[in-house]
Amino acid sequence: MANEVSTGSTRFLDYAPAPESTSILHLQKSYGLFIDGAFVKGHGKSFQTISPSTEQTIAEIANANAKDVDTAVAAARRAYDRTWSRLSGADRGKYLFRIARLVQERARELAVAESLDNGKPIKESRDVDVPLVAAWFFYYAGWADKLDYAGLGPNPRALGVAAQVIPWNFPLLMLAWKVAPALAAGNTVVIKPAETTPLSALIFAEILQQAELPDGVVNIITGAGDTGEALVNHPDVNKVAFTGSTAVGRAIAKSVAGTGKKVTLELGGKAANIVFDDAPIDQAVEGIVNGIFFNQGHVCCAGSRLLVQESIHDDVVDRLKTRLSTLRLGDPLDKNTDIGAINSREQLERIRELSDIGEKEGADRWTAPCVIPDKGFWFAPTIFDNVSTSSTIAREEVFGPVLSVLTFRTPAEAIAKANNTPYGLSAGIWSDKGSKILAVADQLRAGVIWANTFNRFDPASPFGGYKESGYGREGGRHGLAAYLESAGWSQPAIGAKK
Amino acid sequence: MNATTLVTPRQALAPAQRAVDLIGTDLTEKSLKLHLEGLPGVDAVGLEQRAAGLGTRSIKTTSKAWALDTIIKLIDLTTLEGADTPGKVRSLVAKAVNPDPSDPTTPRVAAVCVYGDMVPAAVEALGSSWSNGKDDGINVAAVATAFPSGRASLPVKLADTADAVANGADEIDMVIDRGAFLSGRYGLVFDQIVAVKEACRREDGTYAHLKVILETGELNTYDNVRKASWLAILAGGDFIKTSTGKVAPAATLPVTLLMLEVVRDWHKLTGERIGVKPAGGIRSSKDAIKYLVTVAETVGEEWLQPHLFRFGASSLLNDVLLQRQKLTTGRYSGPDYVTID
Repeated sequence: MANEVSTGSTRFLDYAPAPESTSILHLQKSYGLFIDGAFVKGHGKSFQTISPSTEQTIAEIANANAKDVDTAVAAARRAYDRTWSRLSGADRGKYLFRIARLVQERARELAVAESLDNGKPIKESRDVDVPLVAAWFFYYAGWADKLDYAGLGPNPRALGVAAQVIPWNFPLLMLAWKVAPALAAGNTVVIKPAETTPLSALIFAEILQQAELPDGVVNIITGAGDTGEALVNHPDVNKVAFTGSTAVGRAIAKSVAGTGKKVTLELGGKAANIVFDDAPIDQAVEGIVNGIFFNQGHVCCAGSRLLVQESIHDDVVDRLKTRLSTLRLGDPLDKNTDIGAINSREQLERIRELSDIGEKEGADRWTAPCVIPDKGFWFAPTIFDNVSTSSTIAREEVFGPVLSVLTFRTPAEAIAKANNTPYGLSAGIWSDKGSKILAVADQLRAGVIWANTFNRFDPASPFGGYKESGYGREGGRHGLAAYLESAGWSQPAIGAKK
Repeated sequence: MNATTLVTPRQALAPAQRAVDLIGTDLTEKSLKLHLEGLPGVDAVGLEQRAAGLGTRSIKTTSKAWALDTIIKLIDLTTLEGADTPGKVRSLVAKAVNPDPSDPTTPRVAAVCVYGDMVPAAVEALGSSWSNGKDDGINVAAVATAFPSGRASLPVKLADTADAVANGADEIDMVIDRGAFLSGRYGLVFDQIVAVKEACRREDGTYAHLKVILETGELNTYDNVRKASWLAILAGGDFIKTSTGKVAPAATLPVTLLMLEVVRDWHKLTGERIGVKPAGGIRSSKDAIKYLVTVAETVGEEWLQPHLFRFGASSLLNDVLLQRQKLTTGRYSGPDYVTID
């Protein structure tokens, strides 16, 4: 037909590229440490942050050694003693509201930076991460002058200086989870973003300057594991908050034991997503996809174990494969990308290694058909069917786009299998029957349980785990209380030896 | 009437064959009800979330050009007013044949959709452009069965249908009896659709295409929409259509997504392809592109053909033409650069 506009040999579903422009970013060639309100040189050996989708260098990043950690903690202490602890709650709230608004104003820039540095699709950083960052600051801004209602009695006190170490999967969102409640409660902060994803935190430092937050209230130091270790072990911090692997969390718990530092740990997970035969099936399939393939599976609360009732197993797996075949893997900055890049070569190796073990242990591997780009770190969405409970991929956290499918026959069996893990961070239940959802949820040992949805977050809702998934809660009133002590509780002297 | 067989062997004509094949020859009100009530439920929050997600696709450049032309080819250009006249219908037909006089490469729409008494006027105005039951030109679609309420006795509905078909309607857009559906009399709704399908039979034994309007705005819940979609397909509908356009809300993206999911499941089960027609309330190219994306990602892009997907719309066409002009010339024009019908 003459009037046919052809898209060439491609199909409509191969939507033309729709990349988000990077021109909104004004990146520096190199970034220093953000200490006492200014960027300063680091004394460790600097490193480069790369884009995991292209392996190209984005910027040179300073590395904080023990001396820099000292300087940062000292700045935070000074800011705590001289300014932040003397401000009224209402005044602290004003700063937090200002930060929240600036995050919204610079939302696109932050989203682009996050996708560039982390590899996550722009639609997730734009529609999930950055809006939640703003929401977290708005929520805790509201708490700043209402601490009497935090559940700790009248006039609860801030703890002092908080040392915070965050992971690379939600770089800016994890920063918000940590910084917002700490500041609302009246603490000052030294925070270390992950080595592979420091970029958005450094742009956030610029936002703090723009908000004219008093110097030293928030200090952002970059570096690797040794920097984090020096920070959490520093004798002059009062609170340690860590999100990351269970192994590191365990080491932190050991090292701070007996020091009088308060600790919250948010660690790994191996969540069960339980689908009953009376589930709304199409929405359950969406929920399974969102549960494990959201953010390339780099989610501690990911629904990595699908527990599906035996009677609908074939149908669900079939629908899942059809759905996964429509996922679009590729350039994280393209607005139509569903699955971005794996954050680092190291993580990619781990995912590959665990997947190979899964295959060797006899599970049926299925990989979604997608073209893998030449450069960068990529792993196509993968399902393992017929996984046994003893299989490595059913027990260890893969932290990648890999789903293990197991079956059950009765609710009791589903509950037993769901709880049969050293972790206990989250779980999902899919059923059209409300009473069943409540009865099952009651018996699951997980900190967060989603019903007929998955991976939904809200600043008002506490988040945290059981068992090896850590302790303490972030979000809501509970998250605030983690940065406060009641007026009647006397604090041990800093650095006191037992 | 629970034990009454809905379709006696003598009446088991082609239209009810699907139900007989799927549910069995002892097709009764009870077996039909059991089947419909055994369908999995729909979670409203999840469905709406998925539809919203599909709505964020960014369709640019070549994909957008293809999408705009495809939308035009899938439009049932519609006038359903009490004030309709042969003159108004002629004007609508002229627009359908030549949507953009400034650009002869603009494709034609799929069909014009009018009230039954306007079918002769539409056929005459179309002249050689009329497809006349062969689907190779512009089809004439007629709303029938006491549209939009459906509140008339069955003989009236059948006469309404047969009259439109006799006058040359290539497609019949019927409404279901929502009252009967909501009171659980699925057998009655089923029988009426089967009977209307029979009334679509032409003298030469071929059938006018039957689009079954569910009026989702009155069914109210997504569970009902899913049940009614299955019912309409089982009874022999060629298309399932969201709305009359006379009840708010008319077509929505979640409702259309849900109906596409039923059509996908039906195809998986039987290999047969059923059409879907969202109608009413789709006014902008941006919205229409969201529907194309939803079709392509739910049932596959082979559904983006006039015999499997339609937009029931009147004002949508001009917005698409404006967008098309912008894409061709690089300039935004205005409403005075497209014709009113």
